[in-house]
Amino acid sequence: MPRLSYRRALTRALADELARDEAVFLLGEDVQVGASLVTTGLAKRFGTERVRDTPLSEQAFTSFATGAALAGLRPVVEFQIPSLLFLVFEQIVNHAHKFPLMTGGQCSVPVTYLVPGSGSRTGWAGQHSDHPYSLFAHVGVVTVVPATPADAYGLLVTAIRHDDPVVVFAPAGAMDLRDDVDDLTPVPLGRGRIHRFGDDVTVVAIGHLVHDALAVAEELADQVSVEVFDPRTLYPFDIDGLTESVTRTGRIVVLDDANRSCGMAAEIIASVVERVRLLAPPRRVTRPDGAVLPFAPALDRAVQPGRDQLATAIHLTMKDTS
Amino acid sequence: MTDADPVRLYRTVRLIRRFEERAVELVHAGQIVGGIHPYLGQEGIAAGVCAALGADDVLAGTHRGHGHVLARGADPARMLAELCGRVTGLNAGRGGSMHAADLSIGVLGANAIVGASGAIITGAVWAHRRRGRDTVGVSFFGDGAVNEGMLLEAFNLAALWRVPVLFVCENNGYATTMPVAGAVAGSIAGRAAAFDLPAVQVDGQDPETVRVAAAAAVDRMRAGGGPELIEARTYRFDAHHTFEHAVRLDYRPPDEVTRGRARDPVRIQGERLSDTDRAAVDAEVEATLDAAVRFALASPEPDPADALTYLYASGLTARTGGG
Ligand SMILES: Cc1ncc(C[n+]2csc(CCOP(=O)(O)OP(=O)(O)O)c2C)c(N)n1
Repeated sequence: MPRLSYRRALTRALADELARDEAVFLLGEDVQVGASLVTTGLAKRFGTERVRDTPLSEQAFTSFATGAALAGLRPVVEFQIPSLLFLVFEQIVNHAHKFPLMTGGQCSVPVTYLVPGSGSRTGWAGQHSDHPYSLFAHVGVVTVVPATPADAYGLLVTAIRHDDPVVVFAPAGAMDLRDDVDDLTPVPLGRGRIHRFGDDVTVVAIGHLVHDALAVAEELADQVSVEVFDPRTLYPFDIDGLTESVTRTGRIVVLDDANRSCGMAAEIIASVVERVRLLAPPRRVTRPDGAVLPFAPALDRAVQPGRDQLATAIHLTMKDTS
Repeated sequence: MTDADPVRLYRTVRLIRRFEERAVELVHAGQIVGGIHPYLGQEGIAAGVCAALGADDVLAGTHRGHGHVLARGADPARMLAELCGRVTGLNAGRGGSMHAADLSIGVLGANAIVGASGAIITGAVWAHRRRGRDTVGVSFFGDGAVNEGMLLEAFNLAALWRVPVLFVCENNGYATTMPVAGAVAGSIAGRAAAFDLPAVQVDGQDPETVRVAAAAAVDRMRAGGGPELIEARTYRFDAHHTFEHAVRLDYRPPDEVTRGRARDPVRIQGERLSDTDRAAVDAEVEATLDAAVRFALASPEPDPADALTYLYASGLTARTGGG
């Protein structure tokens, strides 16, 4: 069985789409040499017209992609660090996302924004360690956070073929994962994946945290039967799939590597309790409110949601059962 | 390619002028909700620049965007219907005054974020060229936009990649109430010089002068030259936005307004026509706008149940907010 790393899965998806569709092109800082290690070899294969290095001008090249999309191309824009999305939030939200409605359906803006290395890259500190996916889900931009190499491939391919803007967050914590991948196929948006079935509690985990949730579930296997649900796309969200899972287990804990207030975890819990009568109050394990990742490794780890916290939350949920 | 016919140029400035005057009336009558940013006084710029464009070219405008869309040839009736929020509008009533767009004639839209159009047009022109077309683009913006980083980044990208975009700065002396002198360090043309963009200053009140300058720039760009900048000096005759009629902001000396209004692009271009030609155009424009107003006001309003139709081109549907 072929083994593929998450990073290479992204490269494979880009290469396959560049080969499949002339309209696809890639834009970003140092993409020709592949500084992120995701675009390695693509400029040699497809030429610098289609794999274009940009000056450091995120706002302009993000809107440049919008214009190119309005003119019929399918740009993929790579960002070196997740906080650059704060710089181009305006260009994505106010322009790319709003154009179809504001023009009364005259256009589509099929741009993919790829963020390889989202979240903490240990030791990169405050301005390089954010995970701003809830912002995009909030405004209604399609938001994708794959957890495995096969999903990274399948979701990136789908994002590129999608007719609206899509942000793909590839968590730093997942980039080096390897997986047996037999057949690589597109993965639909808005469909979650149950990585492990269980009866007592549904743990929703986002991105690289799926693997932490699986490890905790394994650890607790003789005490609690944990189901691990990976939404894969945060917007649109597979609320039907999750409802079905929580209806069976009656309990939910969410594991989300982003700040607590107004985060995905809050949204997921609210959406579930609107539909399901739970056996115990829901719980969430997240970064603290307003967190800025501190530099020292021990502090960085302290702020990220951890396996111990998840185990505790699961135990508390079981204990709280009425 | 260039349309040098003085009658047609006059027709365009006259059409924009009367469109704007009718639109202001409809604002006061409560038919246009939210008000408009009138283009009154600046008509010569849109008219002159668009007369220099070919069918394959693209443009993007500003919050003060009616003139650009009309000069490019959009249907005034559908444009007015858009301002009135009707389903027959260019944007099916979803865009309104600040977002009027007609992609079918290369108008990628008025854009209400100051400085936003430059990078979008650069990407669009680059994409058309990659597909073997001979497209050039125009980005219209005001003097206020030259302090926006995004626009300066767009100058850099367009110049670096030699994308033929004509950057047209409509310098009407004010960004809302902020005078140019209080906002722009250096000069507007100096911004262009920093990126090696050829720049000219023209009298924006003379439509023919604007047309000649734009035609020369478009010819150079089409022959393989890179982007250029035109700073068209102009004066807006009316308020920044129609809300000013209610709040009466005091920032322009009355004698300045009088002097500014004296240089009227409609009159300047009209004097180049015989009285009979001018009267014929005036009558035709009037009839067009009478029909446009009737069409707009008779058009149905959109169904509230369809408020978020067109949100996603992919057909994705949004969860509803209620219940
Ligand atoms: C980025 C941004 N900042 C502020 C505003 C609010 N605003 C709308 S129009 C305007 C003034 C623009 O002045 P200028 O660019 O000179 O164009 P003009 O209105 O004179 O045509 C401002 C501040 C905005 N729409 N976008």
